[in-house]
Amino acid sequence: MTIFGFRLPGMSSLLLWGLVWEIVGRLGITFFVPPLSAVFATLFEIIGTPAFLKALSETAYAFGVGVTAAIAIGVPTGILMGRSRLLDELLLPWVNIFLSAPLTALVPVLMVLFGFGMTSIIITTALFAIWIIILNARAGVMQINRSLVEMARCFGASPLAAFTKIYFWSALPEILSGVRIGVIRAVKGVIIGQLLISIVGFGALFELYSANFLMTHFWAVLIVLFAMAFSISELLAYLERRVSYYAAKR
Amino acid sequence: MSQTRAAPRSTVPLAADIAVRTRDVSKHYGTVEALRNLSLDFPRGQLTSLLGPSGCGKTTLLKIIAGLIPATSGQIEVSGKTVTGPGPDRAFVFQDFALLPWASVLRNVAFGLELRGVARSEREAIAEKYIRDVGLAGFETSYPHQLSGGMRQRVGLARALSVNAEVLLMDEPFSAVDEQTRRKFQEDLLALVANENKTFIFVTHSIEEAVYVSDQIAILLPRPSRVSEVIRPTGIRDKGADNIRRDPEYLDIVDRIWASLRSYVE
Ligand SMILES: Nc1ncnc2c1ncn2[C@@H]1O[C@H](COP(=O)(O)OP(=O)(O)O)[C@@H](O)[C@H]1O
Ligand SMILES: [Mg+2]
Repeated sequence: MTIFGFRLPGMSSLLLWGLVWEIVGRLGITFFVPPLSAVFATLFEIIGTPAFLKALSETAYAFGVGVTAAIAIGVPTGILMGRSRLLDELLLPWVNIFLSAPLTALVPVLMVLFGFGMTSIIITTALFAIWIIILNARAGVMQINRSLVEMARCFGASPLAAFTKIYFWSALPEILSGVRIGVIRAVKGVIIGQLLISIVGFGALFELYSANFLMTHFWAVLIVLFAMAFSISELLAYLERRVSYYAAKR
Repeated sequence: MSQTRAAPRSTVPLAADIAVRTRDVSKHYGTVEALRNLSLDFPRGQLTSLLGPSGCGKTTLLKIIAGLIPATSGQIEVSGKTVTGPGPDRAFVFQDFALLPWASVLRNVAFGLELRGVARSEREAIAEKYIRDVGLAGFETSYPHQLSGGMRQRVGLARALSVNAEVLLMDEPFSAVDEQTRRKFQEDLLALVANENKTFIFVTHSIEEAVYVSDQIAILLPRPSRVSEVIRPTGIRDKGADNIRRDPEYLDIVDRIWASLRSYVE
């Protein structure tokens, strides 16, 4: 964007909104919105504290395991669905239902099945991420160049070799964009899990701060969370652009 | 590549010298009858063209010989062995090149060997030789999108050559390249047939191309799909690549084929 001939750096609108936030905060309209400067001051205060680090590691663990599971199961499932008509007919309705279902409503069921611990939180995280990963891997495989598949068969590719050397790489741009969206959903999943299942990690901090009206703390943790989700998604978007480079040429 | 033939090839193949034999091959796609009772012999060490209007089943026949799709009925033998699927005795050159966009020229050419489990250093040495043979030396580390259509097809050709199959199946390999490149390709193909002791099955819809490169031309006609005629342009084969197109026999055969095909072109 350019204003008065000046080229503004990306995301400069954030500065504007930060300013609005600061002004609203200083006017003291509501206790819910403390000034942004106070939020940042608190952020630097709490960021090294044991409570924060514990919350961070608990959240990172659930998030990491949940996302890894969603990718490890979702990508092969999606590829297989894209290849097998039968599997596709069987699974696609379920994938579509879960993709648009309000997964939060399923959390109590998970608690009954898997208890009130980390397992349920991890499964919640994975459930939020996996469906879009499956759908994208499937779409990636479905647009594969048929003659690449014939070429591989012709030169004697085993089913496993075709899977790892042709299907996976052909679908990689779509797989990565699925993973990127899945990861963003997983952030939602892990926080919802921590709030609803057992009060641990960042969920516990949110609970603690909001119950005690510590709004600067609340916002500080939320900003940290946003920043982390944003960085992960940007990293994946970067990878996606790297592989799209050849994908555009196929 | 040398552009003269080593020696004129024998004109009447012996029974034992048939590399590929199709017997009463039929193929139905649902209600579409793509091939009906097609029988054809492909002499070893020679180039046979499948020529015909589009939709007459040329690609279908080639893919059946490759083992990529099953025939509805009938039998295909390669060197006496019945075809049940793809095999190392056959290699395919694709109309749309079928290169891996994410792999370098070197890996693409070596890919057939990679799938066969040949060790990396060995397969890359073989690939490098064929990259040189098809005239792509210096492009080993390029990617397909950096090459012209003609160069991409050379990569596809090098890949098919590097697995050292007896039979080379080529589905309109030159249709996606420009006219000048195409002519150069045709000359190179003549040299290839002369120098490599391989059987070539070559699909084309260009009459001139078929007559220029073939030892034997099978004319396929649709409705119902069948081999209507087999022509062996023997007289022009030892004339040398540069003189073929001026040869009266070449022009005669082109005319004769056009006469039998023209009724199928609206
Ligand atoms: N997978 C398929 N499903 C249904 N019909 C097909 C399929 N492949 C080819 N055909 C039909 O079979 C006939 C022969 O096709 P093809 O072998 O591709 O012809 P050619 O290569 O000579 O142009 C055509 O009528 C085509 O529409
Ligand atoms: Mg065709």
